[in-house]
Amino acid sequence: MEEGGGVTKKFLYVNRKAPYGSIYALESLEVVLIGAAFEQDVSLAFIDDGVYQLKKNQSTDGIGMKNFSPTYNALGDYDINKIYVDKDSLEQRGLSLDDLMNLTYEDENDNYAEKPSISLVNSEELAALMEQQDVVLSF
Amino acid sequence: MASIDVNGKSVEVDEEGYLVNLSEWTQDAAKILSAQDELELTDNHWEVINFLREYYDEYQIAPAVRVLTKAIGKKLGPEKGNSKYLYELFPYGPAKQACRFAGLPKPTGCV
Repeated sequence: MEEGGGVTKKFLYVNRKAPYGSIYALESLEVVLIGAAFEQDVSLAFIDDGVYQLKKNQSTDGIGMKNFSPTYNALGDYDINKIYVDKDSLEQRGLSLDDLMNLTYEDENDNYAEKPSISLVNSEELAALMEQQDVVLSF
Repeated sequence: MASIDVNGKSVEVDEEGYLVNLSEWTQDAAKILSAQDELELTDNHWEVINFLREYYDEYQIAPAVRVLTKAIGKKLGPEKGNSKYLYELFPYGPAKQACRFAGLPKPTGCV
């Protein structure tokens, strides 16, 4: 992959939609994985119905679509380990961190220790996060 | 739609030679696909092909080459987890070519 001058930008992908009613969630995930090849500083945020994308034990048997949720577990392999989930959105849907997949990454700077990728954030923290970004992409 | 003949059974492939239906993959299909590239599969090739199939089974994606290289290194040791070794096995690109032999779709992020 060609390095475009070696500039690293901060990218935030904002996910607001339920995983299977539309193509947004899957498209976002694919863009994230493709974009990972460019070695930018990538963060993911899950807000509103987007929090359902990270729900554990998803089953798509009844709707005839591919269950792509296992792919979120590969994000750590792609060095994507900053995953922010809006705490209010979770609570409004009767969910907690325990209802989400246990996404992890291996910290190369800490003897490859396995660490959690998901952080719960409130709306002020989310606003601050968005403020820091060079690019914000909404799905 | 193109197809290949695997022991008398017709197996559909797309325009780039990737299997259309993952479930139609067999070891013989891998042998026929590799023969098309004039490559004979050794144990070292199978190690990578089997690894890719396990990765797909777990994560539902074919890994990008960078991810594949790192993961192979972790599983099979650093002497195998490097691009030189993997490109010697799969000269058309370890992710692209090995995924095709493994019956997987083209890796996400490959053009």
